[in-house]
Amino acid sequence: MSTTDLSQREFVIEAGGSPRQYAREVWRYRDLLFILSWRDIKVRYKQTTIGAAWALLRPLATLIILTVVFSKIARLPSEGSAPYALLVLSGLLPWQFFAAGLSDAANSVIENEKIVSKIYFPRLVIPLSALAVCMVDFAISLLILAGILVFYRFVPDWHLLALPVVLVFAVLAALGPGLMLAALNVKYRDFRYVVPFLIQVGIYASPVAYSTSLVPEGWRAFYYLNPMAGLIDAFRWTLLGGEFTPWWTGVGLSLGVLLTLLIVGIVYFRATERSFADSI
Amino acid sequence: MAFAIKVEGLGKRYLLTHKPRARYSSLRDSIMESARSLGRAAKRRFSDSSTPALSRSEEFWALKDIDLQIEKGDRLAIIGRNGAGKSTLLKLLSRVVEPSCGRATVRGRLASLLEVGTGFHPELTGRENVYLNGAILGMGRDEIDRKFDEIVAFADVERFLDTPVKRYSSGMYTRLAFSVAAHLETDILIVDEVLAVGDAAFQRKCLGKMDDIGQQGRTLLFVSHNMAAVETLCDRAVLLSGGKIVDAGETGRIIEAYSRTWRQGVELRDRRDRSGTGHAKIESISIENVSGERSANIGSMQVLEFVVEVSADADAVGKKADLILVVCDSRNNRLCSLYTEWAQSDFRITSEQHIFRCRIPTGLPLVADTYSLTAAVLIGGVNADKLERALEFEVVPSQGFAAGLVLNPAFGQVLVEHAWEQQRA
Repeated sequence: MSTTDLSQREFVIEAGGSPRQYAREVWRYRDLLFILSWRDIKVRYKQTTIGAAWALLRPLATLIILTVVFSKIARLPSEGSAPYALLVLSGLLPWQFFAAGLSDAANSVIENEKIVSKIYFPRLVIPLSALAVCMVDFAISLLILAGILVFYRFVPDWHLLALPVVLVFAVLAALGPGLMLAALNVKYRDFRYVVPFLIQVGIYASPVAYSTSLVPEGWRAFYYLNPMAGLIDAFRWTLLGGEFTPWWTGVGLSLGVLLTLLIVGIVYFRATERSFADSI
Repeated sequence: MAFAIKVEGLGKRYLLTHKPRARYSSLRDSIMESARSLGRAAKRRFSDSSTPALSRSEEFWALKDIDLQIEKGDRLAIIGRNGAGKSTLLKLLSRVVEPSCGRATVRGRLASLLEVGTGFHPELTGRENVYLNGAILGMGRDEIDRKFDEIVAFADVERFLDTPVKRYSSGMYTRLAFSVAAHLETDILIVDEVLAVGDAAFQRKCLGKMDDIGQQGRTLLFVSHNMAAVETLCDRAVLLSGGKIVDAGETGRIIEAYSRTWRQGVELRDRRDRSGTGHAKIESISIENVSGERSANIGSMQVLEFVVEVSADADAVGKKADLILVVCDSRNNRLCSLYTEWAQSDFRITSEQHIFRCRIPTGLPLVADTYSLTAAVLIGGVNADKLERALEFEVVPSQGFAAGLVLNPAFGQVLVEHAWEQQRA
């Protein structure tokens, strides 16, 4: 049906030229995006006995360990009447998604070096597929969270309706810096070592194990320059309902930083992707 | 007739950094480099001498001023020596790398096969890899669904579809990978040297498949060092040398021009890619035919002599000298060795210059193709100088046995003179 259509297609290869309708070009390669994510998920549990059960066990184990460490050992205070475990979980889930998404996206292009140097496709497909894999993990974690809510007999209120919006922002938060780092990694492998460090520091600089109400007033504006601070606050707000009210100005500030990083990331990635095969 | 690809003034420039280091740079290098150039700029400003800044990098044009028009349905071969720019041209046309100047207009759907099995994942099964590889090559899911059985049948791996490809033999792996690519439905197919892998029977099958592609009126761009394959598949050829098109036209004539280029090129004595102690050096190697003339071609099964010029230093004088010439095929498989020790020749270094002659009375029993010689000199039993691909040469069909036949290497590399007889049983 589209064969005649395709054979009429004409494209020009020239210096500095790139597909004018980039979004449409990425859309044309959606099959590849899907299959690359599918490959990564599939390969992860090959030659394991319990197979896909790991997808459930891995995040569950991490959640339990971190919750125990922060709530029983560090004994940080909770928010309102919400159980402390829920406070930690509502910070840990978006954080883990962000951390995994950032580091997987950052390494994605160099890990697919073989394909990049032999085949043409919009390179954006690679970090996007890496993020898609993390989204699957995130979805599983959300299921676990639902189970824990049932366990604590905690019922979220109408704030939960805002969850999809927060999730979209969570993806964008990882995408912006992820793209930037993926492109930088192609040329400067130093960033491979920078990312784990960023993530290690980030977990303390973000309100994962504590509530933002503990941040001193004078430092608040500075604190919220971290996009994850506002994002975690927003996530916590949708989940804990009336028990927690964030400083909305700060959340807005975080979102501003988040969107700026996203634009910078996309622009930088687009500007450098044409030379990936030359320098990888 | 409408063109499929039109190339105008296409060029690709690389910056060579003169450092024996990894290809990718570290951030520190970049920061240091920009600090240095900043320093240089400041220096220039404050001194009146206008010495140009010494750059550590140098421009290199892998491809320059390429003009080429490929008509719809053309089957074009791109030939040239290693480093002539063939792969760069294919990479530019398949949009893997971006040109530095010029433009190319491509009409229709284009697929490129720069490597067999790009993206194959060892942990995934054959079935899974067909889908993965297909998607990477640009096939839609439904297209792969439709072609799946055909792909598997062509590759002959039905029984192992659900086995991870890491357990495949290399032959099975190659067959499956090629098969996926061969079933791409495209208007233009770019193929780079993929026939250099796989067994002879499968190679023949691949050639047949690619021939079909041509018969269907699709456009084929083909790069290979295998001149027999080029001759069978393509009706036009382009000869590249040093990043430029030096000749274009009918395949037979271009192949002839290509084999002539072997007489030019870098002098052997100037080559640096040597190994060994250096007490002796291979200065030149040439071929002399029956009538004692120098030649770049060898007639199959015809008397010939390899003439090797060797220089030696003072340390080597008085010591035993041995020579080895290894005849390799175009895929660098070692076919046979010519070794002074086997021929029971007892040579000693007595002066600075020697000429060694190796005579093969029966000639080389090889089918027409491109071959190379790897050469080494041993002084006192220790490798003094070794050169890979010291000489490349063409074997052309002989005047004697099987005269006038172009023998496809798919039938085997070795040509043995033989006779048949029929009897009533």
